[in-house]
Amino acid sequence: MNDMTPTQAERTGKLEGLGCRRKRTEDIRFTQGRGNYVDDLKLPGMLFGDFVRSSHPHARIKSIDTSKALALPGVKAVLTAADLKPLKLHYMPTLAGDVAAVLADDKVLFQNQEIAFVVAEDRYIAADATELVEVEYEALPVVVDPFQAMAPDAPVLREDIKDKMDGAHGPRKHPNHIFNWQVGDKQGTDAVFDTAEVTTKDLFVYHRTHPSPLETCQCVASMDKIKGELTVWGTFQAPHVIRTVVSILSGIAEHKVHVIAPDIGGGFGNKVGVYPGYVCAIVASIVLGVPVKWVEDRMENLSTTSFARDYHMTTELAATKDGKILAMRIHVLADHGAFDACADPSRWPAGFMNICTGSYDIPVAHLEVDGVYTNKASGGVAYRCSFRVTEAVYSIERAIEVLAHKLGMDSVDLRMKNFIKAEQFPYHSALGWEYDSGNYHVAMQKAMDAVGYPALRAEQKTRQEAFRRGETRQLLGIGVSFFTEIVGAGPSRNCDILGVGMFDSAEIRIHPTGSIVARMGTKSQGQGHETTYAQIIATELGIPADDITVEEGNTDTAPYGLGTYGSRSTPVAGAATAMAARKIRAKAQMIAAHLLEVSEYDVEWDIDRFKVKGLPEKFKTMKEIAWAAYNNLPPGMEPGLEAVNYYDPPNMTYPFGAYFCVMDIDVDTGVAKTRRFYALDDCGTRINPMIIEGQVHGGLTEAFAVAMGQEITYDAQGNVMGASFMDFFLPTAVETPKWETDFTVTPSPHHPIGAKGVGESPHVGGVPCFSNAVNDAFAFLEAGHIPMPHHAWRLWKVADGLGLHA
Amino acid sequence: MSRVPVKMTINGRAVEALIEPRTLLIHFLREQAGLTGAHIGCDTSHCGACTVDLNAMSVKSCTVFAIQANGAEIVTIEGMAAADGTLHALQDGFRQMHGLQCGYCTPGMIMRAHSLLKENPNPSEDEIRIGISGNLCRCTGYQNIVKSIQYAAAKINGVPYQEAAE
Repeated sequence: MNDMTPTQAERTGKLEGLGCRRKRTEDIRFTQGRGNYVDDLKLPGMLFGDFVRSSHPHARIKSIDTSKALALPGVKAVLTAADLKPLKLHYMPTLAGDVAAVLADDKVLFQNQEIAFVVAEDRYIAADATELVEVEYEALPVVVDPFQAMAPDAPVLREDIKDKMDGAHGPRKHPNHIFNWQVGDKQGTDAVFDTAEVTTKDLFVYHRTHPSPLETCQCVASMDKIKGELTVWGTFQAPHVIRTVVSILSGIAEHKVHVIAPDIGGGFGNKVGVYPGYVCAIVASIVLGVPVKWVEDRMENLSTTSFARDYHMTTELAATKDGKILAMRIHVLADHGAFDACADPSRWPAGFMNICTGSYDIPVAHLEVDGVYTNKASGGVAYRCSFRVTEAVYSIERAIEVLAHKLGMDSVDLRMKNFIKAEQFPYHSALGWEYDSGNYHVAMQKAMDAVGYPALRAEQKTRQEAFRRGETRQLLGIGVSFFTEIVGAGPSRNCDILGVGMFDSAEIRIHPTGSIVARMGTKSQGQGHETTYAQIIATELGIPADDITVEEGNTDTAPYGLGTYGSRSTPVAGAATAMAARKIRAKAQMIAAHLLEVSEYDVEWDIDRFKVKGLPEKFKTMKEIAWAAYNNLPPGMEPGLEAVNYYDPPNMTYPFGAYFCVMDIDVDTGVAKTRRFYALDDCGTRINPMIIEGQVHGGLTEAFAVAMGQEITYDAQGNVMGASFMDFFLPTAVETPKWETDFTVTPSPHHPIGAKGVGESPHVGGVPCFSNAVNDAFAFLEAGHIPMPHHAWRLWKVADGLGLHA
Repeated sequence: MSRVPVKMTINGRAVEALIEPRTLLIHFLREQAGLTGAHIGCDTSHCGACTVDLNAMSVKSCTVFAIQANGAEIVTIEGMAAADGTLHALQDGFRQMHGLQCGYCTPGMIMRAHSLLKENPNPSEDEIRIGISGNLCRCTGYQNIVKSIQYAAAKINGVPYQEAAE
């Protein structure tokens, strides 16, 4: 060796592999306006589709007259349910085992429901024509309040299934009932509650909101009648599943359906499902034989394609006087809107709501969820969270605060007392999960030290005394949350989408010159997969990340995968990537041994090469091995250097974190100002800390939005309120707090590189943290549970209700 | 519908077309001029994804008729890099500071920052936050966008960028 020989650290650094704050590959095109989003696509002869939507939330359709629209120059077709019925496409199956109307047949069930699809030469003409379609309605009584949905005299919403009292998830109690789902030991839980020293019971409403990515849902469908092939470009978080569904629905063989998800402008759960716009664009293209584009506008996005949450959780805890939690009992009333279109794995009607025992060692628990239909848009998507995990974490983290208040204990002490201990992992929860790894006490302590927790409580006490003396009108709230997520669905033994197991995949090809193309079954919507998957491969195979191209979204070239949502990309496709790379490395080892003329057992891996054991100067780099794979192989070995892996994870992963929020609330204006927000996340092995921090910033900002103001509401007549950015709160740079990020690392024991996933953690942990801060500020005034969202008007009303304005 | 002639300079290139008077500038740029960098996110001029420079001022091009830009000088994200392909300081800054994720708001955000830095070459953090408050981002939480703009400002001003402590 001489001084010019790169050190091991230099060789490692050059790879930009695991742990590197690598700048993103994607940004080169995005910063120059060269992204390739669906609406950028322009095909010869392409037409535009637009919807006629219902002005009523519940009404019988007496007639639809399309003649004036059809007479408008430039209009090519108007589709209604009558056109789709012969094709059996006026309803489509949902992920939750229900059906949803594509175009309203006979009746509309929520405001802005799709009634007719106008196809025209350009989007302006299409919009003009929607106004020329005349729909005659007979208004029907509405169900807006989910608590009234199963009243004996409630109007029957779903006439199409009114006699089908056995639903996809068991018997239904009422025509507006969807399912009853129970987990845990009811008898054992009830017995503990009957004798417990202390119990709490609260209704925690997690209000209806919407993922609202900046790019709405959209697609272009193009039927090639000569070849009998259909190509669909769309905003699809799960393009392979979309292809399967399109094939089944259209009857076009799956190999003749090409689904392509190009760049996606944010998803957050909004772009998992199939929407009427996709179906109508596809049908129109099949009928007309030309490409048809459909692009949702913002009002359509907020009011029709997939709301999130709307969980009404009655949460109870039983504990000893000194704060040992003995049992948990929850009943959830889930408002699913007009159709059950929840985007959960097929056998999980309430997602993973049974993670609701949180980070605590609770011996016995029972969870019961009832889903109901109302006259609202359908959905129930996992908005920046794994399936219903935000709801679960909100429930337990609010309940912990309520219990601490009742016991007169500090809520951090109560958490510390009940945390699952490091030595209990893998931990089997009362509601059936096996938590893979955690070190909660250490994380909480690190977070407390970072924010100076005892000093904050002392400051709060001083502030409360000053407030009582009338010396200040500002309350100080200290929000605490400690969350455990469950992500990376999932083992295919218990998770599937429409029968397809929730594995994921990676295919890696090394070219003769040693550069790589890799393809995965997932689909980035901003998470930076092109950057991070390349880092995993770089470390596994010793090829610089800059020499690796990552592609996703084209179902013709990428291996089948279940897509990106529920923080599953790193836990599942990331694992597949490492496993495929290891297959290649095993073959590379044999080639290296052949080139070095030693046994394969006499060579060992060293960052970017195989070297002869004990003779570091005798080595073959991965680049040399790649070349040899195409011309100089051990006798009998198949040429080439590539591998594919379909990874079925043995378990979910369980990221966790400790968050603190310090907030000042002015009781006279109701304005809440976040002074400090500290987020400690443990997502196991960290692939790219820069991207992790970015994900945390973004997730916290969405958590801030949801907790502090973002909401989809309906008035008593069922009119959707706030379906534009005028009313729907998306924070700007001015309102958004500043974020402090921190971490601990507890690798997942079952994941090939120990990574757990992070994209959704900050949302899951952030919402209860903000809500706890608000509740904590008012707790010394015995305000009781204050429901979200906590915008100024509502906080002013809370203060008013407490007599603070007298 | 009758059409009217419109003429403007886009990224230094003269563009002429016959358009419907109701054509929005964003649709003209994207569908007729073939410049798909500016995006549509809301239709109500809240999100700013469609922001471009019109006569050196930021406008939300979904709220301007193309005909109102007749005779105007337009700069879009496609016109930001130098002719030799060198990225503008803002384009570099957004990448260096991880000021973007999905990339959908980015062209509008960069164009807004471009005008902001012309109005105020050395903005404080609060001035940046107020200056970009007409542009929504769903991914980044703005923190790294602020840093990206500070990075670019330093680069343009020829001073070393110093990251403020969190």
